[in-house]
Amino acid sequence: MDSPGETRRYGRRTFLAVTAAGLSSLAWGKPVWQAFSHATQPLQDALLPPGLLPDGWRIYTVAASMPRFDPGTWRLQIDGLVEQPQSLTYDELRRLPRAEQVSTFHCVTGWSVKNVRWAGVRFRDLLAPARPLANGTVLSFVSAEKPYVDTLTLRQAELHDAMLAYEMDGAPLAREHGAPVRVVIPEMYGYKNVKWVERITVADAVESGYWEQRGYDVDAWVGRSNGF
Amino acid sequence: MTSTPGWGDRMASDPRYVRRFSRTERTLHWVHASAFFVLLASGLILYLPSLSELVGRRPFVKDVHFDTALAWLVAIALVVALGDRRGLRRTLAELDAFDEDDRLWLRRIDRPQGRFNAGQKVNAALTAAFALLFTVSGFLLWYGERDHRFRFASTILLHDGLMYVSLVLLVGHLYLALIYPATRHALRGMTTGSVRRDWALQHHRKWVDEDG
Repeated sequence: MDSPGETRRYGRRTFLAVTAAGLSSLAWGKPVWQAFSHATQPLQDALLPPGLLPDGWRIYTVAASMPRFDPGTWRLQIDGLVEQPQSLTYDELRRLPRAEQVSTFHCVTGWSVKNVRWAGVRFRDLLAPARPLANGTVLSFVSAEKPYVDTLTLRQAELHDAMLAYEMDGAPLAREHGAPVRVVIPEMYGYKNVKWVERITVADAVESGYWEQRGYDVDAWVGRSNGF
Repeated sequence: MTSTPGWGDRMASDPRYVRRFSRTERTLHWVHASAFFVLLASGLILYLPSLSELVGRRPFVKDVHFDTALAWLVAIALVVALGDRRGLRRTLAELDAFDEDDRLWLRRIDRPQGRFNAGQKVNAALTAAFALLFTVSGFLLWYGERDHRFRFASTILLHDGLMYVSLVLLVGHLYLALIYPATRHALRGMTTGSVRRDWALQHHRKWVDEDG
């Protein structure tokens, strides 16, 4: 019990307690938050209108503005070490065999978005008409957002859940998510999931992508790269 | 109201007013407040997808956010270095000490309060802790991009979480300072330095009694 008249140093105690809690949360923040938001998800769904809270995505861009998709003029170029370079319209791309998946998106900065529904084209189906040459072992993805570029080896691109996606959560890919098409490779951090792809060049050597030129790992395996 | 040097001092001789905040305290408050708004605005542009798309120019907004944080730290250090440090130490001691009345006040029992009421003391401690945590987590976000040993999965959660809680505190602070009739006169203390004696007697009786 408080004794009357006595002065207590609650000010510094509050400061120190909050500071200690905050600093230590660097160690426990993410797992605790994930458990908490998982437990309260039904409550949030019931009480809050959808779209009120940010949905977990953060939109990282490197250029002054996001590329704008014009279905009339947009083309996807496939070139490099191929027998038959391609220039696909959006409609032609949509007519290729459709693949769907639900996967989790991990950003290297620490945030994740669970259970994203993607639809798109597997790279094997996308590349088949171009007929890559035997020495073409690397795909270089050039974004309409200059100067963003990144590469995957053909083996990485042929993982069972890697695709060039044109739909997200049941709707055509939104502008901020890379409309009309982006790379999806859930095993790797987001910076390998190039947005606004307008050109895929088949090459024989890996080139450093935008963030890799700035110190990030070329093979960005989730949980096994970039210091994690 | 005047903005010439010595503003507020004019009131010092007016017996209807008492001086509540020194120029150093007011400068510190407004430096912190203006930096907070610029950081909040630029931070929300970086954080909310709809604003990110609307504004674009992410690298530039990132620079604004980072440079504002640096300017804020330098400005705070300058105010402390060049201002009335002895006065600030006294203020710090006031904010630290919670007497019996303060403890009862926090339990919603109406008791006479000093220059700061117990709620203001708690708010000051939280604001100081948040400033430190924002700085540390912000530095780690920046430095972690350059040296991956300093990148932690929870840094961004801490930075965002601080933003949410600060926003709640800010809304409460603005409500009490600008809207709530009983308390909004306090804003005058933070702009001119002095407040009406009768108001101070009602809200901060122990302080007015001490000062005579």
